[in-house]
Amino acid sequence: MTFPMYVAPEQVVREKSEFARKGIARGRSIAAIEYADGVLLLAENPSTALKKISEVYDRIAFAGVGRYNEFELLRKAGIRQADLMGYLYSRDDVNAQAVATMFSEALGAIFSREPKPYEVEVLIAEVGDPNRLYRISYDGTLFDERRVAAIGGKAEVLAENLRKAWKEGLDVEAALAIGKEAFRVAEGRESEGWEAAVLDRTNGRRAFRRLQLSE
Amino acid sequence: MKLSLPLLFDIPAPGSSFTDLLKTLGYTASLDIGGGAESLRTPEGTTVLALRFQGGVVMIGDRQATEGNQVAHREIRKVFPADLFSAVAIAGTAGLAIEMVRLFQVELEHYEKIEGSRLSLEGKATFLARLVRSQLPMAFQGLFVVPLFAGYDLLSGRGRLYTYDVVGGRYEENNFGSTGSGASLAKSYLRANFAENFTAEQAVDVGVGALVSAAQEDTATGGPDLRRGIFPTVLVIDSDGVKELSDTEVRPAAEKAVENIR
Repeated sequence: MTFPMYVAPEQVVREKSEFARKGIARGRSIAAIEYADGVLLLAENPSTALKKISEVYDRIAFAGVGRYNEFELLRKAGIRQADLMGYLYSRDDVNAQAVATMFSEALGAIFSREPKPYEVEVLIAEVGDPNRLYRISYDGTLFDERRVAAIGGKAEVLAENLRKAWKEGLDVEAALAIGKEAFRVAEGRESEGWEAAVLDRTNGRRAFRRLQLSE
Repeated sequence: MKLSLPLLFDIPAPGSSFTDLLKTLGYTASLDIGGGAESLRTPEGTTVLALRFQGGVVMIGDRQATEGNQVAHREIRKVFPADLFSAVAIAGTAGLAIEMVRLFQVELEHYEKIEGSRLSLEGKATFLARLVRSQLPMAFQGLFVVPLFAGYDLLSGRGRLYTYDVVGGRYEENNFGSTGSGASLAKSYLRANFAENFTAEQAVDVGVGALVSAAQEDTATGGPDLRRGIFPTVLVIDSDGVKELSDTEVRPAAEKAVENIR
């Protein structure tokens, strides 16, 4: 009879984390910036067909980096949960925290039980009073952010740049400008294409709108 | 090994349909009511209609629900926007019909979010037929739902409308359609007064006229109630999307229609 070789849990977690981080670092980043009327989501994305930012519910949006098929599963699960809650109860009963918690549980369970962790980081934004920004990492850790948030390979330096440039009461153009500049500094090169969307409280029931950037 | 993941993450892919998701998760209550539903008295919606004009389609519904020979609701709403470019109107058992509309609205938005694109108008009409057909066992018990569906078709650039029957049959109508207790009366009026080159305003006038005309002979249909200020619901759908007319905008058409009654 053979016994499986014992591996210390610290080592398992460390190796899985390294693996996931490497996967995420290869991908491009996404930033979320609060402005006067809502939240701007800005991604560096050369593809016009494959989207990283998506509407989840009336006031909630999703953004994901890393492996496309993996964050796509999360995105769909988020939309399902939100639509289900809204249908069974009321549209007012759907909030970003419930969606973020679900992602956190799912990613946490996958990280500890599956041989391969998900190589993704996701961001959930909600426009309201106050706005909410949640960041969920590959191991299910849930962060509650204010004003700006960033995910992806260059997340830390990007968030740092954004925090320095952020001011109260930005309009959407100003938020876009500081977002683009933060990307340029973080990546040390010009962008190969943008994907941008807003959750804007002046948009009516469905606050989500994609922005067409002429660049 | 089955992972104990949150429910929505771990289900066998139900595609992009919200209705199928509800079914997979066991939320669709199986309403096995057996016999005897004929004796059940529930509010019923009455006449709704839609007609085309150049550049779109208008949809109009009265505001009354009846329960046997009594008025159950005077200000019920039977015409709803389904999404940005289409609308659905209902006749039949109000409780079931309004729930069907709610599911249909969530379904269209759910598809749009999951797939990143909207269903075609024909796709929406086909899906609604499926929802009607799922109610077939209830129809045999006397609880039926017959919707009317209309919208602006972005692919062909014109207004289109569809009528249904209780078994989920879907019929595209060329110019106008109506369903509910006063439908045949409304259709006679429309047949006599419809013209291909209607503007939106003319279509609203004729549509409200048809409703008022139906209300004269069908006691279940509620005409405009000028004293209480209750007016038909009027939705105008064109390339800009669905727009609901306010009571102030409907009032002139309603007054004209009431005046024309002989």
